[in-house]
Amino acid sequence: MTGVIDWFADPANWSGPDGVPVRLLEHLQYTLLALVIAAVIAIPLGLWIGHTGRGGFLVVGSANALRALPTFGLLVLLANVFGIALTPPIAALVILAIPPMLAGTYAGVQAVDRAIVDAARGMGMGEREVLLRVELPNALPLILGGVRSATLQIIATATIAAYVALGGLGRYIIDGLALRNFAEMAAGSILLALLAIGIDLLLAALQRTVVSPGLRTPAAIRTRPRLRAV
Amino acid sequence: MNWSWIPRNLDRVAELTVQHLWLALLPVLLGLIVALPLAWLATRARVIRTVLITVTGLLYTVPSLALIVMLPLVLGIGILNPLNVVVALTIYTVALLVRSIADALDAVPQAVVAAATAMGYTPLRRFVAVELPLAVPVTVAGLRVAAVSNMSLVTVGAIVGLGGLGALFTDGFQRDIPAEILTGIVLVLVLALLVDVALLAIGRAVTPWTRAGAGARA
Repeated sequence: MTGVIDWFADPANWSGPDGVPVRLLEHLQYTLLALVIAAVIAIPLGLWIGHTGRGGFLVVGSANALRALPTFGLLVLLANVFGIALTPPIAALVILAIPPMLAGTYAGVQAVDRAIVDAARGMGMGEREVLLRVELPNALPLILGGVRSATLQIIATATIAAYVALGGLGRYIIDGLALRNFAEMAAGSILLALLAIGIDLLLAALQRTVVSPGLRTPAAIRTRPRLRAV
Repeated sequence: MNWSWIPRNLDRVAELTVQHLWLALLPVLLGLIVALPLAWLATRARVIRTVLITVTGLLYTVPSLALIVMLPLVLGIGILNPLNVVVALTIYTVALLVRSIADALDAVPQAVVAAATAMGYTPLRRFVAVELPLAVPVTVAGLRVAAVSNMSLVTVGAIVGLGGLGALFTDGFQRDIPAEILTGIVLVLVLALLVDVALLAIGRAVTPWTRAGAGARA
């Protein structure tokens, strides 16, 4: 324990390419990049599947399969086949972030009261307006729930991706292990735990702020059991 | 790809599969044993429920590798002790189960509880014989999620040298044997499927009343 405190107190660990600010920024960059790419794919697709009702089995199937797929194995296999580079692990982060967001968006649109949708059509709204002005805002709590689980998934996966040479805070665990430096490993883990919890609380606050007041019931904000494959 | 790796290493794969099942399923059992009394406590008082769900929720948020590496600090054991993986996965299982079991216990109809009380059941016996059985379907659903995700989570332990079939990932990566990595991925998926089906069957076997109504109607 004292070793860990010494590690945090050592100014050498707070500067340079292996310093905490750089590693933290790397971790945030990977997370944001993977999250944005995955969201651009998953949210429109989920809205479309939810709105038309076509292909729902795909969503459920992909979410279930992902829960069982060993993420670490996928990362290692991609690195083995495509070589050590930045692209394979980032691609893995994107692939793993799609199912939770897809499932959240789909479930959100599906759960919108049909009477509300009918009323919107009765008021003369076109399909596009129904989707964007009625179904989307009503589905927002579950969509953001999906974004939250996807984010945690990415942060955790980026951690083990350090094993296949990705940067970020996971480096402290992998490099510390190679050097038998337990203090460095533990310090990295503490930073990772703080990062994951901090981001989750931030997203929870966002979820409460952007969701329409009419939907802000405890049941709507509450998410389903989150997926944890890493 | 060099598939001959598989027949040459069957013994090793079998040994790792057994280790994998222990590391993944022992936490499910321990998690259930810990979660049941906690869920009962959560239904007793609002404050306890909020505290329990908040704390377990925060622990559930911590990335698995970070949790496995942090536990030796708390438990005072070596980093290579398999107990780190078992405890980490038990924590995740408890986090999943406490909330769903507490919700299931809350959903037991008041009339049923009142009838049991009127028949002379003591609170403890009522909990074991009436409320708990009615919470079984939700509990089994939670156990299935936990067991399936544990199958995949165990492999992360291989990074610090104790991950069951995850050893095939680290070894296959270091020695450049893609067939070894693929073997590990496929076996983890198969084990996850098998344990999911097994828990589903156990859940159905211990709740015959959930099918009695459907059979009578058909």
